[in-house]
Amino acid sequence: MCHQTVGLVAGELERHGIATTSITMLREVTEKVRTPRALAVPYALGYPLGKPGDPVLQTRILRAAFALLDAPGPPPVLVDFTGA
Amino acid sequence: MATYKYRALDPVPFTRLAKPLRNARVALVSTGGIHLASQAPFDIESKGGDTSFREIPADAAPAALGIAHKSDAFDQSGFRADRNLGFPLERLREMAASGEIGSLNRRALSFMGSITAPGRLVRETAPASAALFAADGVDVALLVPL
Repeated sequence: MCHQTVGLVAGELERHGIATTSITMLREVTEKVRTPRALAVPYALGYPLGKPGDPVLQTRILRAAFALLDAPGPPPVLVDFTGA
Repeated sequence: MATYKYRALDPVPFTRLAKPLRNARVALVSTGGIHLASQAPFDIESKGGDTSFREIPADAAPAALGIAHKSDAFDQSGFRADRNLGFPLERLREMAASGEIGSLNRRALSFMGSITAPGRLVRETAPASAALFAADGVDVALLVPL
């Protein structure tokens, strides 16, 4: 359910003029909720930034999530992380 | 959750970032039920889910972050080994220090994820979080589930 919460909070932030980007481990849930911008990562629940103790991978995932801010839209923007 | 009907955004609100990321103020939002040990934990027994949120200072020590999450569907051991796995304050501080992002907002927000009845979330607490971030001058929010 935390993926639905991400989408609904992101929607309210966007509505108030704050751009959002997000991470998802449950692509199909994020598709249903229509989260404004989301990076789909191939990791299990509990592991949104990939691996514990791997700051290089974590930073790569964050960069990919922020890169979605450059996507022209229209929303929802849902992109797979391929940089692992 | 196969029969649960997810609430969908329609239309999808969309704000474009009007400045380069290197000049933008970024705020972290978690939906992993993360809270400081000193804060009241989320109510994991609440019917429909606890829609409140906690403010977490951006300079919080990783070890100070606890977790209260209703879902037993995921493995919490990774997060316990490295809080950045689900709440990447240290990574974001590094990106601010290197100039990749303009700044990290002074407070992050944490929601609980297990909200099956999101009416109050959408009506009250999510707009309240947006008002806090607007007052802080936040340009971008990064949302991370757990």
